[in-house]
Amino acid sequence: MSNSLELSNTVRRDVLRMTHSARKSHVGSSLCCVDIFAVLYHSIANIDPKEPEAEDRDRIVVSKGHCAAALYATLAHVGFFPVSKLAEYCTNGSPLFGHVTVGVPGVEFSTGSLGHGLPFAVGSAIAASRDDSDRRTFALLSDGELDEGSVWEAALLAAHHGLGGLTAIIDRNGLQSLTTTEATVALEPLAAKWEAFGWNVVTVDGHSHEELKRVLELPTTGPTCVIAETIKGKGVEFMENQVLWHYQPPSDDDLAKAIRALEHEAQQ
Amino acid sequence: MRKTFIATLLDEARRDPSIMLLTGDLGFNVIEEFAEELPSQFLNCGVAEQSMIGVAAGLAASGRRVFVYSIANFPTFRCLEQIRNDVAYHRHNVTIVSVGAGFAYGFDGYSHFGLEDLAVMRAIPGIDVICPADPLETELITRMILKNDGPSYLRLRKEGEEIFHAEAPQFSRGDAIRLRSGSDLTIAATGTVVSLALEAHDRLADMGIDVEVLSVPFLRPLSPDCVKASIGRGLVTVEEHSVNGGLGSAVLDAVIACGEVPHLRKVGTPAATPSDIGESGYMWQSAGLTTEAVIEAVQSLLKPS
Repeated sequence: MSNSLELSNTVRRDVLRMTHSARKSHVGSSLCCVDIFAVLYHSIANIDPKEPEAEDRDRIVVSKGHCAAALYATLAHVGFFPVSKLAEYCTNGSPLFGHVTVGVPGVEFSTGSLGHGLPFAVGSAIAASRDDSDRRTFALLSDGELDEGSVWEAALLAAHHGLGGLTAIIDRNGLQSLTTTEATVALEPLAAKWEAFGWNVVTVDGHSHEELKRVLELPTTGPTCVIAETIKGKGVEFMENQVLWHYQPPSDDDLAKAIRALEHEAQQ
Repeated sequence: MRKTFIATLLDEARRDPSIMLLTGDLGFNVIEEFAEELPSQFLNCGVAEQSMIGVAAGLAASGRRVFVYSIANFPTFRCLEQIRNDVAYHRHNVTIVSVGAGFAYGFDGYSHFGLEDLAVMRAIPGIDVICPADPLETELITRMILKNDGPSYLRLRKEGEEIFHAEAPQFSRGDAIRLRSGSDLTIAATGTVVSLALEAHDRLADMGIDVEVLSVPFLRPLSPDCVKASIGRGLVTVEEHSVNGGLGSAVLDAVIACGEVPHLRKVGTPAATPSDIGESGYMWQSAGLTTEAVIEAVQSLLKPS
């Protein structure tokens, strides 16, 4: 894949095909973090699909395990395993589980229950810091996930140890299981909360590859929280910003319509 | 017991820089020497057990052998899902060390009683579940854990425990240790309450009843050989833990797995909430965890049916 934009367009189409054929959803939650994955795996992280176990590789921890379709499609397209395997997503006996699970090349940590990824990432970053290693650890969290207390336990610990190698990326789409995050358990002012916990905070357009690259490029002193403002269902107009597409898999018509729109976008 | 554990771990950690000790802000007067001598192998995670177990998994995924130290229910119940998903599912080299088994913190109330932990750990696949009887077993088992890959749960009492072995016993992972030979019946005990089994042995001997006594530190793996010889003649299990799901249940499962009909009595704490506080002896008495209860169990099995 020659650039990250091309990668994200391709991954979006695969996410739609996977959730359509498996009749499983979380399609909205997968579409919204595609650009973050594309930038991380294509442009930022020091990861070699030919050496997935290399000791000095950067670690990408996907805490919002329900976006498995987006992660698997990204991993396949950057070369961790054949793209043809994506057809096995959520089929009987498949290694491609509905939530992010190890055993798939490139997956560092199994998730699915929220609030587990950041503590694991903190452990990984502490090990790197004590080994004097430059390797970085990225953790992708959903915004609804921030309801979990374990996230904030880990946030305290990361700041206490000044973990410059650690970057948490919040997929800030503003929606969670039943309604908006603000109508559920309000998170705002979110940046101020992370700042108060001792983190560097940057807010970016989570679909702008340029902005994501700029903020993710350099490690900083102390842990960094990137609040990536995203749109749930991004890239498929009729799915955007709707809780429904957290649950509903695309129908045949939905799929055809969505693929056409993405193909059109790719040609531009 | 906890001091023996830390001293053994420190001894091993001096030679092996991959060993790390994490604490949930507990271990006053116990962990200081380790923390001061090997600061890069020590981490206080604060009073935050869920995060601590996740951090342990992250460290283990980066090549560390991690020991997580806290009291009874805090590193078990509070963070059970982290143990199940982050540690056990990934088969990470994390040992959860729980101090204060049973009624070791007998005056501290229900929050500090460790009475259901073995049952819960047995329910999670892939974790060795280990409950040493005395400081000597604790030392040998701590070294054994380091030779074996994968997660484990190490249940310790606290301090001042009696030593039951005249010399270092020879045993491997999964083995029971024979403390007394006997031909009439077997008493299998786990943890400090091995003392009740030994007292029962002596008093039964006076009555002309000859019982074998086993210390069973491993509830998983529990080698069927431990109980195979005893199946025909009957088994009494003794544990400072609920009779639901602990040693008694593990032995029962092992007997059934051998295709045999169990001939077994469990002595443990009732499957009920204790409403009392007190020193261990008082709490044992109050829970019905006594030498008399062990003797009665033996006698009930020996009665002709």
